[in-house]
Amino acid sequence: MEQVAFFFGAIGALGGAIAVIALRNPFYSVLALVIHLFSLAGLFLLLHSEFVAAAQVVVYAGAVMVLYVFVVAYVGGAHEPVWEPIPGQRVLAPLLAAALFAELSIAVLGSSLKGLGDEGPTIPLGFGQPADIGELLLEKFLIAFEAASMLLLLSAVAAVVLAGKKQGPPAADAEV
Amino acid sequence: MTGTTYGWLVLLFPLLGSFVIALGWRVLPERAAGWIGTAAIGLSFLCGLGALEDLLDKPAEAQHLTDSLWTYAEGGGLDIQLGILVDPLSVFMVLVVTGVSTLIHLYSVAYMASDRGYRRFFSLLNFFVFSMLLLVLAGNFVLLIVGWAFVGFTSYALISFWYRRRTATAAGMKAFVINVAGDVGLVLATILIFREIGSFEFDDVFERAPDAFTTNEWTVVAICLLLLVGAFAKSAQAPLHTWLPDAMEGPTPVSALIHAATMVTAGVYLIARTHPLFEVAPTAADVAAIVGLVTLLIAGSIALVVTDLKRIIAYSTMSQIGYMVMGVGIGAYGAGLFHLMTHAFFKALLFMAAGSVIAAMANRQDIDRMGGFRRAMPFTGAALIIGSLALSGFPGTSGWFSKDEILSFAGERGGAYWVFAVLGYLGALITAIYSFRLVFRVLWGEPVEEARELERGHIAHAEAANPATGEPEDTGVGFPGPEHHIAEHTAPMRIAMGVLAALAVVGGLVQIPGVTDVIGTFLEPTFEDSKFAGVHPSTGDEWIGLVIGGLLSITGIAIAHLLYVRRLGTSARLAARLRPVHTFLANKWFFDELLDLLFVRPALAVGSFANRTFERYVVDGLVAATVGVVRGAGGAVRAAQSGFVRAYALLLIGGFAGLGLYFLVVSS
Amino acid sequence: MATEWYVVLSSLLFAVGAGGVLIRRSPLVILLCLELMLNAGNLALVAFSRMLGDADGQIFAVIVMVVAACEVVVGLGLIVAIYRRRLPLDIDELRGLRG
Repeated sequence: MEQVAFFFGAIGALGGAIAVIALRNPFYSVLALVIHLFSLAGLFLLLHSEFVAAAQVVVYAGAVMVLYVFVVAYVGGAHEPVWEPIPGQRVLAPLLAAALFAELSIAVLGSSLKGLGDEGPTIPLGFGQPADIGELLLEKFLIAFEAASMLLLLSAVAAVVLAGKKQGPPAADAEV
Repeated sequence: MTGTTYGWLVLLFPLLGSFVIALGWRVLPERAAGWIGTAAIGLSFLCGLGALEDLLDKPAEAQHLTDSLWTYAEGGGLDIQLGILVDPLSVFMVLVVTGVSTLIHLYSVAYMASDRGYRRFFSLLNFFVFSMLLLVLAGNFVLLIVGWAFVGFTSYALISFWYRRRTATAAGMKAFVINVAGDVGLVLATILIFREIGSFEFDDVFERAPDAFTTNEWTVVAICLLLLVGAFAKSAQAPLHTWLPDAMEGPTPVSALIHAATMVTAGVYLIARTHPLFEVAPTAADVAAIVGLVTLLIAGSIALVVTDLKRIIAYSTMSQIGYMVMGVGIGAYGAGLFHLMTHAFFKALLFMAAGSVIAAMANRQDIDRMGGFRRAMPFTGAALIIGSLALSGFPGTSGWFSKDEILSFAGERGGAYWVFAVLGYLGALITAIYSFRLVFRVLWGEPVEEARELERGHIAHAEAANPATGEPEDTGVGFPGPEHHIAEHTAPMRIAMGVLAALAVVGGLVQIPGVTDVIGTFLEPTFEDSKFAGVHPSTGDEWIGLVIGGLLSITGIAIAHLLYVRRLGTSARLAARLRPVHTFLANKWFFDELLDLLFVRPALAVGSFANRTFERYVVDGLVAATVGVVRGAGGAVRAAQSGFVRAYALLLIGGFAGLGLYFLVVSS
Repeated sequence: MATEWYVVLSSLLFAVGAGGVLIRRSPLVILLCLELMLNAGNLALVAFSRMLGDADGQIFAVIVMVVAACEVVVGLGLIVAIYRRRLPLDIDELRGLRG
């Protein structure tokens, strides 16, 4: 039963990922990513990380992806030109990606990590529950928690600055 | 105060004078420069007398004081001291140099009065005296070379004193280059000496020389020949003499001091000082004597035909130094140095008188345009006559005694050395002829326009022009001043010339054979280790020599009188009849052309090759190639900065993949 | 399922994301591919957390999510700013920082 769920999730995630990079219209890519995120959330559930799964759906698929949708709607989906200005990119990119995958897999599978081959130890009851996560966040990882909130503040300020009205004469031909 | 303290003071005063004049140009009035300079040398002379007194107090063996201020370099077998040597020879040279220098400074106070480079002149002149004193007081070869080099530099600076005159700067460079060629010889000799003996100090070298070398061993002959190269360059002996006539481009006091009395005698001093080495290498000593003799005759022959006043005197200097070099070459050290002293007196006097005449001629120096200054310039004329008498060795003058002392010594050594004596007397005859050619041309005959103007009371004026080429000049900085000063009008010049005239006349009385032997006895302690210390012509032989010399001198004067007063035009007819000879002599035996062919053209060819080919293709090529390589590498690296983010990402991921591959391989 | 399955899936997703970054030219899609890579990392973290029975990995994953969110905010802000300046939204055209 668990294997079936895993494979569903895996296919969903993989399919979504490939769709993101293959679809021409950015809007469709965003939607594909949403599917990918949902699949990942399912995989997280399988791994007994309920809180992370919930956060993934609510924050990631919910907030972040909606933001993406807004921007895509505003910006519009431009069609990418066919000609490739960088020589060899079209060839090397898939090659390197494949090489990356191969290496990572070999590295992980060939490592002598104990416990890779099995399902893992018996976990306590509260593992992955919000209570457990909350305890950890506020005790062991308090500084990370606070830093993360600082980061969020910074990015909020950045967003305001970036999107704010430009001061001074507009440079229409200015390069970014 | 000890002798060496006096020695240091002798060095200090001119150096101080030079710096004070040079650095105080804003503070001191212009006239002060001349008086400070003269006073500095005067004080040096007094300290020289102090050193003399201290020496004479001591017994003969102890008349050899050394002192060192500090150590230049020590270690690795080297021990170079800043040390002086005070012994009879150096004190003798100090007194001659400072004495004559004081008088020349005094003369210059008046002579250079309207020159805008007045302060520069005195600063350089003081520095020159300092360098010369350093040279003669040095206690080791290194300091000698230092003094030698400084003297060469100041000579250059003073020859090209009127630096906007093209001929002056060319002459200065010529003098300097030839001097440097001599310096090379001197330095190489010093290196060889150090290699063979292991020390630079005069005491060590001269003590160990007889033991370190066998007679005429090639090393010591090489050392001495190299020393001779230095001596000949400095003393203007053939073939390194071509700079001296050109050096007359400098102001007359410079010619008087440097190119008559002091610098050109440095070579003679060198040979006298290093006589232990020369006595171990008699071949080199003979070479010195032969070169001296040859120069004597060559210079004398040229002086018979040149027409520039100062150049006649310059060739006469060359000739007389030939006598001195010949003297110290054959071992007559005392005689050679005695002639050095008397020559300083009468040659400086002659130059001073010549300066006066040139001023009267509005800076023109061609004797063919001069004549009849007897009535217009009585004092200068008298000085000129006295100087020429001494130069010709007229009986009673100082030159008579000194010249014949050398020639009698040559006769005393016997054998092949009779050649020196005979040819030396021939040279004396020629000397008398050309020196009185000068006198009769300038003073006798119909007074020229300048003389007549002077008789009326004012000095002739002409447009300022280069005496050698005739091209017009202005009298601003770098050129002679606008005023001309003659002895009759200015007191300092008269005083200086008067003192020298007196010395030229009575200076010989210190060495009357059989009666007085002041200089010989004084210099004995320095030369007692010489092989020739015992060689002494008998009084009778010396008086015979003196008589012969006197007769030759009178004969020469008579011949000159015949040619230039009684039968005017004879010399022109002779020149026409013997045209090739005349051309040969007038072109200075074509030495300049020979040296040009042998050295100057090849050097210029090498230089132009270096510039056009080597510099352009090899050096610039290398640099350009390096630049090209760097630029190419930069361009290649710059290609990676394409601006394409995806390319950067590609490199990033590619690099990561490569790294991962490497680690996978390594860890497997 | 054994942990290795999850980890291999994670590396596969990572590789796909990397390939997407290299291939696509629209900044929007490139950001999406970056999200793919981040999520792949998250998956690996959570898988290892399960393997070790330690919830620290999950905390790490949560923080990564926060960081991803911030990065998206800034990135999208940039894209909007570019669009507003009427510059082409093509990452190959935006190469003012060339060397």
